[in-house]
Amino acid sequence: MKRVRVALCAGWLAVVAGTGRAGEETVVLRDAPGRDLTLARCVICHSVDYIEANAPVMDRALWQKTIRKMVDRYGAPVTDEDAATILDYLTAQYSAAR
Amino acid sequence: MLARMISRRVVTAGLLAGSTATFARARDEGLVALPGKQPLIKRAFRPPNYETPLAGLRTPYTSNDVFFVRYHLANIPEVDARDWRLQVGGASIARPLSLSLADLKRDYEQVTVNAINQCSGNRRGLFTPRVPGVQWGYGAMGNARWGGVRLRDILRKAGLAADAVEVSFDGADTALMPKTPDFAKSLPVGRAIDENVLVALEMNGEPLPHWNGAPARLVVPGWTATYWVKHLTEIRVEPRPFEGFWMASSYRLPTGLFPGAPFASQTTKETTPITEILVNSFVTSHVDGERLRRGRPVELRGWSWDGGSGIARVEVSLDGGRAWRDAALGEDMGRFSWRQFRVPLDTSRAGPIDVAVRAQARSGAVQPEKLVVNAPGYHHNIIQKLTLEVA
Repeated sequence: MKRVRVALCAGWLAVVAGTGRAGEETVVLRDAPGRDLTLARCVICHSVDYIEANAPVMDRALWQKTIRKMVDRYGAPVTDEDAATILDYLTAQYSAAR
Repeated sequence: MLARMISRRVVTAGLLAGSTATFARARDEGLVALPGKQPLIKRAFRPPNYETPLAGLRTPYTSNDVFFVRYHLANIPEVDARDWRLQVGGASIARPLSLSLADLKRDYEQVTVNAINQCSGNRRGLFTPRVPGVQWGYGAMGNARWGGVRLRDILRKAGLAADAVEVSFDGADTALMPKTPDFAKSLPVGRAIDENVLVALEMNGEPLPHWNGAPARLVVPGWTATYWVKHLTEIRVEPRPFEGFWMASSYRLPTGLFPGAPFASQTTKETTPITEILVNSFVTSHVDGERLRRGRPVELRGWSWDGGSGIARVEVSLDGGRAWRDAALGEDMGRFSWRQFRVPLDTSRAGPIDVAVRAQARSGAVQPEKLVVNAPGYHHNIIQKLTLEVA
């Protein structure tokens, strides 16, 4: 698992460097339990400004739906355990009710 | 995915090539420049989604360097035009082709069409209640003169069979994870052979910019931009519906909820693909809340367009929607393009002017007062209202 993580991380860095999307690294997620895991999983496929931009729209049910979409339809490598942590983090930090 | 012919040249971050002060200022306004583009409204870094600011939407043809950028997948290779090939095949094609850029320029009639390129989710950020997705404002659209060859000329040369049902399109951009569905779209064959559908090589007289699909993209005038596949590499014609994710499971709306061209081979009892752009308009001369100097003559201006019937009239109300008057219409740049409307504003008295604009298409369709709510946040075309303050 550790090797997979390192590979994914390296892949992300290669993509960021290779496609010149300067600025993405300036997006900082709020510091709270679950942040590092959320960042590590989400940035595999996309910058996390998507999270900030959607926060005013979201609640727990919509985040759950979104996470399932990422895993089930887009093939994001996220275990059920990880998904639960990410859901708690996003609901607490990036929801309309916050 | 034809990886051999694509050179994965590193796109340098031209972002910082300009002066740091300019960059910092643009950044403060939420604007970020992709290489080769002016600073645009950054909706997402990766996959890149950038919106044209209002200032970029005032010219009849939207400049290539401010034209909006929209991607679903983050692996976007810079295609080397010299090595590029367009493959044409499938069960309903008699003579498969592999076309180079030179082939397309030499063997086919070169044509142009003026057309609006508008994201299905343009204005999603204005939905009430709000819906998830890229929170676009008004600028996930633009108007351009597209130059290239007719798709139907290519299909004819390739021997289009009578049993063809759909034509599908794939581009060079791919996903980062193996299980993410590749972005590919299809058209009903009847639309694909419409004379206005192009494999475009040029935009406003220049080669297509990288971020808008170089070296070739599909242009489907009147239909939303989801069909305008960028970095086009493969066209397939089959006697059956295309089953890709981005047709079967995305860009769909409840069947019968909106008008627009039917897409029978992709329609189920519950849902149907989004197809044509709905009648719409927006004000480019002013923004909501803007102050006008009393006694100074000023004109309200903007654009109106639809999915290809053309604009019949644009009405403007200056009293919050009670009385309406016809606006003057500008030059007709073609039925798939937009058309300017203009109305003088009376600034002789101090106080608010409640502006509302509604366009009517030649099809008879009129912009609605109320939003037709839908989960993916498509087809926002309600009457725009803004209040100007004369002081």
